[in-house]
Amino acid sequence: MVERHRPGHTTPQAAVALDEKGQALERLLPDVLARFNPELGAAVDLVTATVNPSDVAEACLTLRDSPECRFDYLTCLCVVDYEEHLQVVYHLYSTTHKHMMVLKANVSPEQAVVPTVTSVWVGADWFERESHDLFGVTFDGHPNLAPLLLYEGFEGYPGRRNFEMPEYAEW
Amino acid sequence: MVDVSVESQSEGQLDTVQMLVNMGPQHPSTHGVFRMVLMVDGERIVDVEPHIGYLHRGSEKLCEGEIYAQIVTLFDRLDYISNLNNEMAFCRAVEKLMSLEVPERAEYVRVILCELNRVASHLLFFGTFGIDAGAMTPIMYAFRDREKIQSMFEAVTGARMMHNYIRIGGVKNDVPDDFRQRMTALIGELRQGIDEADRLLSFGEIFLARSKGIGVIAPERAIAYGASGPTLRASGVPMDVRKDAPYSIYDRFDFGIPIGEKGDSWDRFYVRVEEMRQSLSIIEQALRDMPEGPTITPTRLVLRPPQGEVYVRGENPRGEIGVYLVSNGADRPYRVKVRPPSFCNLMAIRELLLNTYVADAVVILGSLDIVLGEVDR
Repeated sequence: MVERHRPGHTTPQAAVALDEKGQALERLLPDVLARFNPELGAAVDLVTATVNPSDVAEACLTLRDSPECRFDYLTCLCVVDYEEHLQVVYHLYSTTHKHMMVLKANVSPEQAVVPTVTSVWVGADWFERESHDLFGVTFDGHPNLAPLLLYEGFEGYPGRRNFEMPEYAEW
Repeated sequence: MVDVSVESQSEGQLDTVQMLVNMGPQHPSTHGVFRMVLMVDGERIVDVEPHIGYLHRGSEKLCEGEIYAQIVTLFDRLDYISNLNNEMAFCRAVEKLMSLEVPERAEYVRVILCELNRVASHLLFFGTFGIDAGAMTPIMYAFRDREKIQSMFEAVTGARMMHNYIRIGGVKNDVPDDFRQRMTALIGELRQGIDEADRLLSFGEIFLARSKGIGVIAPERAIAYGASGPTLRASGVPMDVRKDAPYSIYDRFDFGIPIGEKGDSWDRFYVRVEEMRQSLSIIEQALRDMPEGPTITPTRLVLRPPQGEVYVRGENPRGEIGVYLVSNGADRPYRVKVRPPSFCNLMAIRELLLNTYVADAVVILGSLDIVLGEVDR
């Protein structure tokens, strides 16, 4: 709408409010993830950490096995297409400490490769296949990246923003 | 298709040959359009290749082209057995992003209807699981009671399914005047009906033989697979979003989390039966405490939530639903990702089926209670 393109108009940002567990994690994560050089942040009520795509699998293993974190439950894995880069997003949960965090990795749309985390959580299997299907992200080392939701031979990556949706035509 | 070579093994004097058995996508026991390719050695399953995607409609992509108010209808169509729970998850995501307060009364109406939806969903499971195990009668009892719930939904929301009732900021309209009386009567009937159905099926000898000790999954494996809901709780893990991270007004109610002992098909079944009773107790407490007042916070029709991303978790009848919502400040979401509970539960099917018998495959699949609408999205 016109209103939004007014000069000087800025889009409001969502308010960030971490709860106790979130704040504890925020203090903890720089140490736990120190060797991956993470970029820490927060999204509404969750701590986020962005790491290099090549470090994803090792960072996940560290987060799962470190006694203070124990992220033993991969809640969700998805890809967001920000056009200049694709972001692979891991939502991690701990069934023992009951805290949650977000791990992110940015990859370029042309060279979209991240290591698989199926060896860390078997439950990543279908999520990775789905992301490969819809966004064309290759999960290096995944045992079977066959199409999951799309049929064999489907052209293109329908999840991406630049995918051209077929229009209905009169015939 | 299946990455196992057909080989003949010499067993004494007899040669046995492994065989491929295709189940689905059109098969009554697959509860939708789900296909499994089983590699069997005699009656024993040695490999499984599940195929999903037959119902893929690109719901997440469709969300990117709709305004927020319209997306509620798309969420109805994900898990079409528990529509209200889905609607609630999406609305909560938008409300959290916008820091929007929901009126007290609306929260109570939401919880009552969501728990009622849980009972309806578990009743459907109760009936179909009976059929999967070869008992034809329980579904008659289950559907008798489920029908009453559907009529209740129709009275409140105007539709038996696809309600589009929970809206961003509250609910569409207030409940009917005689809601409390009707609900109290309904709870009594449901209690009785559930007890009756329970007596009919749960401890029958044949049913126990078909489901006890079949399809066992250890707690740590279930967690690794990301299983949730009754599937995980049957393995003895008391994980429930309503308790672990109470949302809406769930922290105000006193209810238990039924857990199983062994993680077999019968535990997954009976956890759901117990859950129905707990849900009815939540509804009773909510009816008792429900205040008067407005049922929706007025918002503009075309919402523009602030820029940011939010992830909400909710407890659906099938497990933990997650909604990841990314907004760039426009009137349509930038990205919506749904974490469907059935999708994660179904992932464990291969491990559950290995080394079981073909006849048990149907029971094990049935005990996961999948809805393909949300598996495929």
